[in-house]
Amino acid sequence: MSDHAQEPLLEIRNLRIEATAYAPGEKPKDIVIVDDVSLSLERGKVMGLIGESGAGKSTIGLSALSYGRGGIRLSGGEIRLNGREIRTAGPGTLRNLRGREVTYVAQSAAAAFNPAKKLMEQVTEATLKHGVMSKEDAEKRAVELFRTLSLPDPEHFGDRYPHQVSGGQLQRAMTALALCPKPDLVIFDEPTTALDVTTQIDVLAAIKTAIAETGVAALYITHDLAVVAQVSDEIMVLRHGKMVEHGTVQQIIEAPREEYTRALISVRSIEHEEKKPTPEPLLRVEGVSARYGSMTKDVLSNISVELHAGQTLALVGESGSGKSTMARVITGLLPPRTGNITFDGKPLPPALKQRSREELRQLQMIYQMADVAMNPRQTVATIIGRPLEFYFGLRGRKRDERVQELLDAIELGKGFADRYPAELSGGQKQRVCIARALAANPKLIICDEVTSALDPLVADGILKLLLDLQKREGVAYLFITHDIATVRAIADSIAVMYQGRVQRYGTKSEVLTPPFDDYTDLLLSSVPEMKLGWLESVLDHRKMTSAGN
Amino acid sequence: MHPVLTLVIQRLALGLLLLLAASVLIFVGTQILPGDVAQAILGQGATEQALQNLRAELGLDQPAFTRYFDWLFSALQGDLGTALSNGLDIATSIGGRLQNTLFLAAVAACISVPLAIFLGLLAVRYRDRWPDRLISAITLTSISLPEFLLGYVIMYFFSVQWGLFPSVSNINDGMTFLEKLNAVALPAIVLTLVVLAHMMRMTRAAILNVMQSAYIETAELKGLRRFTIIARHAMPNAIAPIVNVVMINLAYLVVGVVVIEVVFVYPGMGQYLVDHVAKRDVPVVQACGLIFATIYIGLNLLADIISILSNPRLRHPK
Repeated sequence: MSDHAQEPLLEIRNLRIEATAYAPGEKPKDIVIVDDVSLSLERGKVMGLIGESGAGKSTIGLSALSYGRGGIRLSGGEIRLNGREIRTAGPGTLRNLRGREVTYVAQSAAAAFNPAKKLMEQVTEATLKHGVMSKEDAEKRAVELFRTLSLPDPEHFGDRYPHQVSGGQLQRAMTALALCPKPDLVIFDEPTTALDVTTQIDVLAAIKTAIAETGVAALYITHDLAVVAQVSDEIMVLRHGKMVEHGTVQQIIEAPREEYTRALISVRSIEHEEKKPTPEPLLRVEGVSARYGSMTKDVLSNISVELHAGQTLALVGESGSGKSTMARVITGLLPPRTGNITFDGKPLPPALKQRSREELRQLQMIYQMADVAMNPRQTVATIIGRPLEFYFGLRGRKRDERVQELLDAIELGKGFADRYPAELSGGQKQRVCIARALAANPKLIICDEVTSALDPLVADGILKLLLDLQKREGVAYLFITHDIATVRAIADSIAVMYQGRVQRYGTKSEVLTPPFDDYTDLLLSSVPEMKLGWLESVLDHRKMTSAGN
Repeated sequence: MHPVLTLVIQRLALGLLLLLAASVLIFVGTQILPGDVAQAILGQGATEQALQNLRAELGLDQPAFTRYFDWLFSALQGDLGTALSNGLDIATSIGGRLQNTLFLAAVAACISVPLAIFLGLLAVRYRDRWPDRLISAITLTSISLPEFLLGYVIMYFFSVQWGLFPSVSNINDGMTFLEKLNAVALPAIVLTLVVLAHMMRMTRAAILNVMQSAYIETAELKGLRRFTIIARHAMPNAIAPIVNVVMINLAYLVVGVVVIEVVFVYPGMGQYLVDHVAKRDVPVVQACGLIFATIYIGLNLLADIISILSNPRLRHPK
C-alpha cells in the first residue's frame, strides 16, 4: 500500500448521513444525522472525535467502515480509505476491508464479545478469516498483544470465556481483537466510558501503549475531553452532526476558538462553598451492616455516617463498593443486619413496610436511569401529581397549580405538563424525576448516580438545579456517585467507600486534603485532568511510589 | 462437585419424581373410569359368582393402593401384565410395535430437525425477503392442514400417480433396512411436514432475537459473511429455546402419530392403543400411558440438560 503514501489514510469529504424516523401516527420522515463533515487522517495519527450524545461521533466513526447502524444511510459525500472510495462500495469489497484494514472497538466490550465462544477464537477470527497470517502466528500475536495490554497470564488468557474476566480486562481484550489483524486504522468508540475511573486509567494507558507500539492510526470517540486529550494528536469537536472546531490537542485545550468548545472545557467547574455541620444531624447511620439473601459475606460492614439538614453527603466509590446498597438500606428496601438509622431525631424502622406514610414522605429518591423510573404511559402532570395526591390529598385545580409550581422550580415551561416521557430529552426526564421527589416536600432526597447517564453540559445543569433547590427548600441530599468532579461540585461532606466499608469520611475539605490513604489517593489521581501529559505524569508518579515501597 | 453436574442430577431427580407422579395419574385415571372390567369381559349375562371369581383372579378385589404398587413394581421389572381382551402378554405385544413407532419417529426426525433448522437459518438470512416469506408460507400451510388430509394428498401423488413409494406402510422383521425406509417414506414425509413449521419458526425467532446483540455487530465489522454470522455467532446462543421446541416435536412424533398410523396402516403403538381403548382393555391403556409418559418426560429432560450444557456460564463458572 506504499503507492498511496502521499494520500492520507482516511479522507472524508462533505459526509452526509441520514436516517428515516418513524414517529407513531406520522409519516416517516428523513432526518439528517451528520451534515457536511470533512476530516483527513494520516497514517499512524490519532484523531479524537468529541461531542455530546447525538453529535454523530459514533456514526462518523462507523462510516470509516462504511457501516450504518439500524436504518442509517451514508447518503452523500466521499469516504476514501487507502485511496479508494468506500461509501458506495459493494458488500464484497466491504467484507474484505472490515476487520482487516479498519477494525472497531465497541463501548461495551461485555456486550460486544460472543458469550458462547472463547476469547482467543474471537480475537483471532478476523485475522484468520482474511488470511492475514496462519493460525499459529495469529495466536502468537494475540498473546503478544495480551502482554502489551498488561492482561493477566497472557499465555492462557485466550482460553477463557468472556464472562470469566472483568470488564476492564474485556475492554483490553477488545483492543487486542482490533489490533490482531494489523489494521491500518482502529475506531475506538468510547472504550473507557463504561469503566470505573481506577480501571479507566489502566485501560487508557494500555490502549496508548498499544497504539504507539503498533503504529496504527486511530479515531478515538468520546464525550470526555480530558480523556481524549491524553491519547490524540488532533481533536475534532462535533455538535448536532456538524463540525464545531478542529485543531491540535494543544490548540483545542489551551486556545479554543469556539464558545461551545470553551463550555466543554470549563464543564464541572461549579464552585460550591462547604457548609458547617449543624449540632444535630438529620440522618444518622450507626454501625450498619447488611447483606443480600443467603449471602455469607456482608455487602456493607459497620457503616457510620451523618448527614445534616440542608446539606449534601456524597457517597463515592467504584461499582461494587456498596454505594447503592446503602441507599437500599436507608430507604428500607433492604433492612440492615445490624446497626441503627436515626432520622430527624427519631429511630427509623428498618423495613419499608413498618414505616408510616409520613416517614416515607420525608425521604424521597431519584434514580440513575430517568427513562425507566417513569411510567411511559403517564403524562408529566400525572407523574408529578401522584405524590401530591398520595401524601397531601391534593386534587383538581389545586393539584394542577402545584404541578405547575414544581415545573417552574425545575425550569421547565408551561407546555410540559401534558407531555409523555418519550417526548422529553434525557436532562428533561431527570428534571421531572427531581420534581416528583420534590413534590413530597421531603427533608432528604437520595440521589443515586443521577448525572451518570447524562452528557457533561446537561449534567452540569442538573447539579446547578439541585444546589439551587437546596438553597431554597433546605432539602438534604445523600448523593451517590462514582465521579469525583461531581462530588467536588456538590458535597459538603464525603464518605469514600471501598468494598463495603467507609474508607475515609469527613467534611469535603478534610477528605480532599492530603495526606490520603492509598485507596483515596488512587481514586483521586485516576480522575482524568484536562491537560496534556496528565496520563504520563500519573503513571510515572505511580511507578515511582511503587518502586520506593 | 462441578455445578453443572449438580444441576443435571437435580433435573434427573425431578424427572423421576415427575414420572412417578405421571404413573399415579395414569393409574388413578383408569380407576375412576365408570364401568366394571369383569362385567365388560363376561358380558351382561354373567352371574354374580362368576363376576366375583374373575375379580379375585384379576386382583380387582384388592385395595387400589396395593394394586398400584403391584402394577408399578412389575412394570419396573418389565412385566406390564396381560391384556384383558386377548390374554396375551402386553410387553411382548408392545415390544415390536414400539420398535416400529420409534423407527418411524427416528426417520421423520432425521429429516425434519436438520431441515427445520436449516430453513430457520435461511429465513433469518433473507429476513422479510421472498425466501423468508416462501418458507413461512409453505410450512404454515402444511401445519394448518389436517394430518389425514395431508396423508391422503401425499399418498395420491407419490404412490398412486407417480408410483414412487408404497401407500401401505407394512413392515416386518424380515425386511432389510432400505426396504423398511422405502416402506415408511410416505408417513415420514407427512410427519415432517406436520412438525416442520413449529421448529422452523422457533429457530427463526430465537436467532432473530440474538441477532439484535452487540456481538453480532462485532462479527459483522470483522467482515464475516452473513450466513457465517448467523450459523457461527447467533446459533450457539439460541440453542436453548430451539432444543426445547425440537424435543416437544420429537415427543409428538412418538406419541401423537395415531392418525398417520391409521392412514398408512402402519403397525405402531398408536393403532394398538386405539384398538384396546375401544375394547376397554385397562392394563394395555395403562402400559401405553406409562411408556408415552416416559418418552415425553425423557425427551424434555434431555432438552433441559442440553440447555444447561449449552450455557457457557454454567459450563465454565468463574
